Amino acid sequence: MSDQSSYFVPASSRLPIWMAFGLMLFVLGAGYTINDLDKPDSNSYWILIAAFAVIFSVFFFWFGEVIKENDKGMYSDQLNRSFVMGMQWFIFSEVMFFFAFFLALGYVRIFAVPWLGGEGEKAISNMLWPGFEATWPVMQTPDQSLFQGPKENMNFPGFANVGHWLPFWNTLCLVTSSGTITIAEHALKKGNRTSFKFWMVMTLILGFTFVYLQGLEYYEAYDHMGLTLGAGIYGTTFFLLTGFHGFHVCLGAIILTIMTIRGFRGAFTKEDHFGLAAGSWYWHFVDVVWILLVLVVYVF
Amino acid sequence: MSAVIDSHSDDHHHGPAKGITRWLYTTNHKDIGTLYLWFSFLMLFLGGAMAMVIRAELFEPGSQIVSPEFYNQMLTNHGLIMVFGAVMPAFVGLANWIIPMQIGAPDMALPRMNNLSFWILPVAFGILISTFFMEGGGPNFGWTFYAPLSTTYAPPTVTFFIFAVHIMGASSIMGSINIITTILNMRAPGMTFMKMPLFTWTWLITAYLLIAVMPVLAGAVTMMLMDIHFGTSFFNAAGGGDPVLFQHIFWFFGHPEVYIMILPAFGIVSHIIETFSRKPIFGYTSMVYAIASIAILSFIVWAHHMFTVGMPIAGELFFMYTTMLIAIPTGVKVFNWLSTMFKGSISFETPMLFSIAFVALFTIGGLSGLMLAIAPADFQYHDTYFVVAHFHYVLVPGAIFGIIAGVYYWLPKWTGNMYDEVLGKTHFWMSFISVNITFFPMHFVGLAGMPRRIPDYALQFADFNMVISIGAFIFGLTQLLFLFIILKSIFAGKQATSEVWEGAKGLEWTVASPAPYHTFETPPEVK
Repeated sequence: MSDQSSYFVPASSRLPIWMAFGLMLFVLGAGYTINDLDKPDSNSYWILIAAFAVIFSVFFFWFGEVIKENDKGMYSDQLNRSFVMGMQWFIFSEVMFFFAFFLALGYVRIFAVPWLGGEGEKAISNMLWPGFEATWPVMQTPDQSLFQGPKENMNFPGFANVGHWLPFWNTLCLVTSSGTITIAEHALKKGNRTSFKFWMVMTLILGFTFVYLQGLEYYEAYDHMGLTLGAGIYGTTFFLLTGFHGFHVCLGAIILTIMTIRGFRGAFTKEDHFGLAAGSWYWHFVDVVWILLVLVVYVF
Repeated sequence: MSAVIDSHSDDHHHGPAKGITRWLYTTNHKDIGTLYLWFSFLMLFLGGAMAMVIRAELFEPGSQIVSPEFYNQMLTNHGLIMVFGAVMPAFVGLANWIIPMQIGAPDMALPRMNNLSFWILPVAFGILISTFFMEGGGPNFGWTFYAPLSTTYAPPTVTFFIFAVHIMGASSIMGSINIITTILNMRAPGMTFMKMPLFTWTWLITAYLLIAVMPVLAGAVTMMLMDIHFGTSFFNAAGGGDPVLFQHIFWFFGHPEVYIMILPAFGIVSHIIETFSRKPIFGYTSMVYAIASIAILSFIVWAHHMFTVGMPIAGELFFMYTTMLIAIPTGVKVFNWLSTMFKGSISFETPMLFSIAFVALFTIGGLSGLMLAIAPADFQYHDTYFVVAHFHYVLVPGAIFGIIAGVYYWLPKWTGNMYDEVLGKTHFWMSFISVNITFFPMHFVGLAGMPRRIPDYALQFADFNMVISIGAFIFGLTQLLFLFIILKSIFAGKQATSEVWEGAKGLEWTVASPAPYHTFETPPEVK
């Protein structure tokens, strides 16, 4: 361990400017690709692909460099605390991102939809579509010609039918995986690497099962239930909340996959395994978001 | 684990690299601070040029020099560039330069990420500005980009605007994570929280606010993106959504955002007033609690920006009362500054002049804010030039005077040379007079009913608008003098001492002027 009083400051680095370049490509690529969605012959998505190539390469080299520096013992305890705090505040920023979408759902359910249906002091907005009846989920949108409401919704079907309800299995997967990763971490801290690897693989299986089931649910929604992004405010909030959560599960699963591979290759020690710990916090975070989401999107 | 300790001691004592790569690859907090400050200065002139176009158009009633469509683009980008490109990066630049020196840290906690958070800003603004040259023109929906103006009726370039905002948000979040981590983890031994300099304190709380609200803004623009391109109906009542929802989400971000733009200025002004009054700041503890209270309250006042949108009466009352509560901690700060000066041995160097002007003129902006907070009265003031006067008083002689004061205060520490005091005082008086000529008459035309964001106005507002425009032109030109003063102090000027100012307290004044490339590699002991 290097001396507490010498904080490692890297001399200079080419990584950030490459990341900035990658993000520039990303903005241009994503902007042109989305603007050209209705032009089938457009090839602007190549910029986006290039952007991802640059961004992922930079991530690879950046994390590689951090791991190398750490292995050389260049990081003091103080610097490791910086990483811990950085990750904690990053997760806080993610919490606030989800907060925006929960806020939107709450506002729509508590205020906007009842007001459109003629309730309360804002009953005047009911005059726009006098026939609209406020229910949640909104199955008949105010203007059915613009936003065709869904035929069915994803709500909790009652305990008798819970076995056919995908979110139940999803919840089971994700909550269990939060447990298995904790077991893996404890095994690593005790020095039991076989058990550590086993429980990491279990976590991954559960995580990817979640992603698969979520994909299945979306397929059913689009194919059988008429529940689409364009199906009015219920489809909007349903897909954006579960979608961003699913996207974060994917990110978390990728992080944990890399950590598992590193674990198999002999990385991490009993004391020093921050990469894994950070991935595990992230995983617990997506788990907590899911539980909130099940409650407000599916059950109540 | 026994690890090989690399011969990295060389790296700790390197000087700056030569050429452009110094700036592209740098991990040094002083270099990055300098980059932020120059970028912000460039954006100040760009956003200022747009303001000049606006004032030239409004010089006389009727259509003058630009089309209404272009006027809208100028108005929108003036706001966006000043908020996200000028004021916020300037504060981050000051934070980069000053916080590690104030707390006795060798650098920022995460130096490579620090470089990244700067270099994505030119990316974001380059793309934002490039939309002017794309089909449909740049953003034209106001800096608040209310739906459906920014969704259904937006130009196609709104997609690039959305991603540019994402990048700006990422920059702010990474910068804030870095600042918080630096402050929490890297203070010199003995520097407890209640011994921390006030600029560092204000930035700790500002960074917290940024991490809390920038993701909400990212959420808002993401919903816009989905509504525009993927058929969702967040902000479309025909699908069961609500355009007002956009305003709620935007202002949940937007109100903390306005405190993000003023809190660091509070910190700067506190240092300057205590230095030039030669007295310790009055009520340090109450200052800290006041900042924290303002930050907490900022989360529960947002809907005072939308009193006229149609809210239940309970909502109007709640947001009216919470808004008025903010006057209490703000008043504590203003009276603490006055008490610090009271019976002080005051000298009036340029930073002090800007700071005293800050206290006086920011208070005017605060009081007009209290008027706007009264919900029934706001129905008269809403969307008039009175609002424009209010927020320009808190942002120009507030935030920007705070930044200018900070630049004059720390400039000798950065360049090693004193700036030209006569030119500095000229800059101050020209700015002080012209800023009032520009923004004070806006109160009158606003109360008389002149609407904001319109490229034309009724004839009875003509005289005042000509006065406002003349003031704005003088203010804009005066800032070129500021550029000259800074350049002059970089290349020439009286050698500055380490302490620079008689009576300056704090660790940043214990290092040489100009500050060496690396400071406090061994943390100092704070008693």
